[in-house]
Parts: sequence; structure tokens; C-alpha cells
Amino acid sequence: MTIVTDPHPIGADQALDADPAIALRRRENRLVLILQILFAVVSLGLWEWGSGRWFSGFWVSSPSEIVTTLWTMTADGRMVSAVSATVGVALAGFASGTVLGMGLGILLGLNPVVARVLDPYLVGLYSLPRVALVPLFVLWLGIGFEMKVAFTALLVFFPIFMNTLSGIRSVDADLIDVIKVMGASRWNAVAKVFVPSALSWVFAGLRISAPFALIGAVVAEMFSSNRGLGYLISLSASQFDTAGLFATLVVTTMLGLLLDASVVLIGRRLLHWQ
Amino acid sequence: MIPIVEFDDVSKVFFKGTVPIQALGRLNLSVREGELLAVVGPSGCGKSTLLNMTAGLMKPGTGAIRYKGQAISGANTQVAYVTQKDNLLPWRSVEQNIRLPLEMGPHKRLSEAEKRERVARYIAMVGLKGFEKHYPKELSGGMRKRAQLARSLVYEPDTLLMDEPFGALDAQLKLMLQAELLKTWEGSGKTLIFVTHDLTEAISLADRVIVMSGRPGRIIAIADIRLPRPRDVFHIRFQPEFGDYFEELWAALKQDLASGEAAT
Repeated sequence: MTIVTDPHPIGADQALDADPAIALRRRENRLVLILQILFAVVSLGLWEWGSGRWFSGFWVSSPSEIVTTLWTMTADGRMVSAVSATVGVALAGFASGTVLGMGLGILLGLNPVVARVLDPYLVGLYSLPRVALVPLFVLWLGIGFEMKVAFTALLVFFPIFMNTLSGIRSVDADLIDVIKVMGASRWNAVAKVFVPSALSWVFAGLRISAPFALIGAVVAEMFSSNRGLGYLISLSASQFDTAGLFATLVVTTMLGLLLDASVVLIGRRLLHWQ
Repeated sequence: MIPIVEFDDVSKVFFKGTVPIQALGRLNLSVREGELLAVVGPSGCGKSTLLNMTAGLMKPGTGAIRYKGQAISGANTQVAYVTQKDNLLPWRSVEQNIRLPLEMGPHKRLSEAEKRERVARYIAMVGLKGFEKHYPKELSGGMRKRAQLARSLVYEPDTLLMDEPFGALDAQLKLMLQAELLKTWEGSGKTLIFVTHDLTEAISLADRVIVMSGRPGRIIAIADIRLPRPRDVFHIRFQPEFGDYFEELWAALKQDLASGEAAT
């Protein structure tokens, strides 16, 4: 038998740095970034230059006009109050949707019979385009904060509910047997295994469910409101104020991106064990 | 001496859909306190049923099971169950996973200092020192297996029930973990019932090997393995007596496998 020993032991990182694949990947990353910036500059440039030349500025506005409008709307406080109204509805709706979704998910996950009884009704509710329920919510709750929160909660409910259910159902039956023998009560199993498992699925699905909060808030505000980003979008459109409309869309997009970034950040903290 | 586990004429029928399946047929067995008993048999012979009943997770159909002379009602918290999957909680660190049994049932009453001492002691025993804060995802298969074993030992049960614990591991790792299991068990005084379909594993580890038949599961051979302890699982298979035990038990197992093949 021969024992082989490495005559030139080197650190793994040293070997990595020398590999041309690293430099190649870095160059590609740089190229992608440059092209992304170029894409923005060219399309905004074409828009600015073509507006009033190739197509009517009345319908498409122009980037410079949008920036100006955005500035005025921010300066006079309209945008800030709209953003805070929308964020308020989105947060409240997200919180209540999460509580309901997790609550029902845990209940149904732990009680297969209840789950079977409620299944067709939940499928029905899921199949119904939820926007169709806005008029009903307006009748019941008026056009204020509550209605918008209720609608947002309904949108957030389903993805959270599904994640919770998957989290409960992914718990291995063997594991429950193992902990029963350790002396676990039913409550121990729920508190130590089922709920944490559901939470881990909800956290993992946060990037899918969180955007529904913003969608719900904006859609509800478009239907009936005198505040919020959704309201500004409808108002600008009805007044043919395309610059104001685009300015609001820009802010809504930013808000969406910010929401996604914070969800990613929060998710990374909550799921540090993954 | 009262046997630690006693199966008295136990039968068990399951329903697979509408078809009744007899898993165990009139089984009589006494497990001696402190022995390492290996149960070997074809899949579906009721080996796991045997463990489930000892753990109190399943009631016998007919017949009776006694643990230390007492009928078992509800989960038997004097045993630990070690399954093939490690089933560690992925959101808990090694330390928190091993602590889990001490957070529930009768063990909750232990003092905080005692809990901390036990967790540290069993982490050291299975060789996971330095990995306390790691999460299961960051561990190798063998390390997860060790963590699972520590979690089973930390509440100091009298009996360990192991259901093909090394079944999913590669051959080298299996040998390593068998050696570690023996080192942990030898001299501990604990009773260990070890279910496997690997006859070599059974003879290497056990004081006594039971061979079970296919459905309905019955005991068709019993052998006392009089190989000296402490045992070296890496070399024990090359001893001549090992070969004799293997031939004897394999003959029983083979006969049943052949008739099982013919039946299906």
C-alpha cells in the first residue's frame, strides 16, 4: 500500500484566486451592470426626445416633466401623505391577514376533519377574483380605513394560509412519535414543533405574500378613497394628468422595491439557520 | 428477574384500505434488562410494529405487552425512539435540539443548571463539542446522527429503541457509527433493541439476535451471540465464530425469504 501526501499544500482561497474563471465572472458582472445602466439611459432619452416629436406629450408626458411633478407633489406634502396612508393600510392589512392565515392554517393543519369540511369553501373563495368582493366590503365597512385593511387582509390571507398548512403538514409523523416518547403533550408538540415549522414556511414564503399587502392597499384605494397612492393614481388619470400619474407610479414602484428589499433582509435574519 | 419488555402471545392486524394484513402472529418474547437485542427480518415483517408497541405508540391486537412487569398505557416515556431519519428541528441549533426533551414532560422540572450540564455532557459524549451552535443544515449526515443519539440519551431513558438507525448511511459511516454506538452503550447498563435488515450489523452489535419471518411476523430463530466485549466492529466479522453465527441465522432468514418470494 502507498500513502500519498500532497507535496505542495496550498490554501483553498489561493487556488481560487488564481483560477481564470473568477476573473471571467467578475468581467461578466461588470458588463451586465453597464448594460443595465445603458438600457435606462437610452430608453429615458428616447422617451424625453420623442415626447412631443413622435408622440403627443399629453398622453405619455416626459421624464423631465415627471421629475418636476414628482418634486412639486413631494414639496407640497401630497406624496408623503399618500405614501403614509398606503403604507398604513398595507401594514395593518398584512398583520391581520397573517394572523388570520396562520390561525386558520394551524387549526386546519391540526384537524384534518375540519380541513376536509372547509376545503370546498376555501377553494371557492380562492377561485373568486377577490377584487369582486370590494363592493361588498364597501357596503359592510364603508370607504374608510377598515374596508381597505379588510381587502388587503383577504389578499394576504391565502398565501400565508397555504404556507402555514404546508408547514404543519411537512412535520414528519415519526418526529411526533419520537417526542411523544420523550413525554411531550399535545400542546408541547404544537408549541415546539408544529407552530415553529409553520412559521418557518411563512417566513420562507414572505417574498410571495408580502407584495399582496401593497397590491391590496393600492387597489382598495383606487376603488374608493380620498387618500393614498391608489387614490392619487385614479385622480391623476381622471384629470388627464399623465405626469402626476407617472410620478405616482414611480413612487409606488419604489415602495414595492423597498418592501421587497426589507422582506429579503428580514427573511435572512429570521431564516438564518437555512 | 423480571424481563424489561415482555411480549405475551401478541398479534396485530392492520388494514391496508379494506384488506386486513396480519403484521404479527402470536409473538412471545422476553427482552432481558441491559441486553442489546437485534431484530432482523424481511421488510414488512412487523419489526417496527414491535418497537411501536414497546414505545406505547401502538396497542397490541390480542395478547399483552408489559414493560418492567407493568402493562403499557399511552406513550412509554421510559424509552427513547431513534428512527432512520434524524428528524432534527432545522430551526434549532445542535444544542437546542439536544435540549428539546428537557423542555417537556417530566424533564421540564429539572433545574436549569442540571439541564445545561446534561446537554453539555451528551454533546461531549457523541463527539459534537465545538458544534453546539451549528444548525442541522451545516452538519454532515454522521454528525446529525450523533446529535440525534444525544437527543435520545439526554433524558436518560432505560431503554433505547432503534429502528434501522444507520439504514440510510454509506458503508464506512455506518461502521464508524456502529463503533461509537457500542462505545456509548457498553457499560451503560441500558437495554437496547435494535431493528435492522442487515444481519452482519445485527451480529456485530448484539448480545442476542432474533430472526423474524415475513407476514405474519413470527420469531423463527434466536441466537445468543457469545462474542467477547468490548467489541471491535471493524474486525469482529473476521472471527471464525462470527461466520458460524452468520451461517446459522442466514439459513433461517434465507428459508423465509425464499418462501416469501414464492408467495408473491
